[in-house]
Amino acid sequence: MLRQIEGSRAIAETVALCRPEVVCAYPISPQTHIIEAVGAMVKSGKLAGCEFINVESEFAAMSVAIGASATGARAYTATASQGLLFMLEAVFNASGLGLPIVMTLANRAIGAPINIWNDHSDAMAARDAGWIQLFAETNQEAADLHVQAFRLAEELSVPVMVCMDGFILTHAVEGVDILDQESVDSFLPPYEPRQVLDIDEPVSIGAMVGPEAFEEVRYLAHLRQLDALERIPGIAQDFKELTGRDSGGLIRTYRIDGAEIIVVALGSVLGTIKDAVDNRRELGERIGVVGITTFRPFPSEAVREALADARQVVVLEKSFSTGFGGVLSTDVAMSMRDMDFDLRTVIAGLGGRAITRRSLEEMLKQANDDALEPLTFLDLDQGAVERERARMRSVRRSGPSAENLLRDRASSAAAPTRRDV
Amino acid sequence: MFQVRFHGRGGQGVVTAAEILSVAAFAEGRHAQAFPSFGSERTGAPVVSFCRIDDREIRTREPVMEPDALIIQDATLIHQVDLFAGLVHDGYALVNTSRAFTELGFDQTSASFRQDRLITCPATELALEHLGRPLPNAALLGGFAALTGQITMEAIDTAVKERFEGAVGERNAAAAAAAFDFVTSRVKELARASTD
Repeated sequence: MLRQIEGSRAIAETVALCRPEVVCAYPISPQTHIIEAVGAMVKSGKLAGCEFINVESEFAAMSVAIGASATGARAYTATASQGLLFMLEAVFNASGLGLPIVMTLANRAIGAPINIWNDHSDAMAARDAGWIQLFAETNQEAADLHVQAFRLAEELSVPVMVCMDGFILTHAVEGVDILDQESVDSFLPPYEPRQVLDIDEPVSIGAMVGPEAFEEVRYLAHLRQLDALERIPGIAQDFKELTGRDSGGLIRTYRIDGAEIIVVALGSVLGTIKDAVDNRRELGERIGVVGITTFRPFPSEAVREALADARQVVVLEKSFSTGFGGVLSTDVAMSMRDMDFDLRTVIAGLGGRAITRRSLEEMLKQANDDALEPLTFLDLDQGAVERERARMRSVRRSGPSAENLLRDRASSAAAPTRRDV
Repeated sequence: MFQVRFHGRGGQGVVTAAEILSVAAFAEGRHAQAFPSFGSERTGAPVVSFCRIDDREIRTREPVMEPDALIIQDATLIHQVDLFAGLVHDGYALVNTSRAFTELGFDQTSASFRQDRLITCPATELALEHLGRPLPNAALLGGFAALTGQITMEAIDTAVKERFEGAVGERNAAAAAAAFDFVTSRVKELARASTD
């Protein structure tokens, strides 16, 4: 049923429809509303047959999910930012053991400096952890991806992380069609584990593997991710037949026919980009958009095909590899390695900085004029950075740069907003 | 698309107000998107939230930069926040105060806007009368319906009762209805004044 509902609530209700048997989580903004709502549904009995386990940390949350999954239970958790980093060792274990846990990542920046707002640094920090990583553009897609994630995870025995932008999606109230139980049951069969800890048929899971087999274990995991590239479009197609909705899949294209410039991005910023592209299209600029829904495994073939005719590719990223540049850009470049095109990286939205249609349009105009730098930081206050660089040159004990920049930005912003009354 | 920006202080229900407006618009078959601008979520600290209403899918995720209407839950924010930033020239502003708009010290800022669309409403007083608590958000939504015509009072009534169960919902809805009547008569007065 279509309802006007907070993103977090939509996720919680959809996860409940997937009949998880164990949910274990530690609260952290902006994931908290999801886990509170799931917890309340377990307590009220609305989500029956599920144990909600309060844990003392994110490390424990993922560890409990691993234990639950290894005994054959459908396990779910959610986290963000520092929470993901705190559980990272167990995150690698979950994929290494081939346990089909589903986790929501309410994307948030990573400190220091401490910042609770959205960017994609957390997802990128776990990029190589062996999980499938799916990115949602809207709350509808975020909800739908969870249903698909459980099926994908369990078919392949690989854990799946559903990434949704913290606050921007988790705290947005908009229309979301929440499926009914019958539909979800028809799409998602009961979990049939490939391996299970069973006292009647004892096995070891997670024993030491030396050099004689470790490479094979890892290569097998790689093949399973490649299998996921094959299965994800099929699962999205089945979902479309059930709901009529285009949710999930590998990539999503928008106005790429005849596009000379194509913008590539992940997550909710795609909506604002599409609005900006529509405006530029009216001015005659031939610009299109490719949204990456499946980030790991990376859909190189699909990306290559979608970008084949573009003269310039602009990859807009909400994270970056310090000292190098774009993370997604690197994947795009590797997918197109023998092709002739210009690649531009735009870093935007770090730590929750608003990505505005106006700034995007200015950037796209520059791209259209072939004037975009190879690496651009959108709406960067270059002056503030230069002033801090000057302070650092002029005095040894220049103090903490983050606080200096905060003070600098506040003093330049305060003047026009304060009023004498 | 019609875009609303809410200003208030932590604890006044600024985020809830945007959510209720979006639910009301949704109930009338429109697309709506409500979201908060999270900063320091302390009680009393300035808080901003947004609501967009449109007849087609809303894709943008940027904050509302050029609002068509402002709902200002706390008039003392004038000392701290650039409340009118980006307001379109024929935009609406509804301020929660028992004073007249001209007494608020907005003169310089507000001079360029359509004066008949800048309205004050004693929403806190109406909330105290009907609800017994100084929570002006539901009342201001009734005032917003009267001022802008972007949403019906019936939809606000339904959405308020959906958000707050039982007697609390009834009382909030009563405060909203009272504010609707108050603003309706104020709009008529201002219209008469401008034709005189």
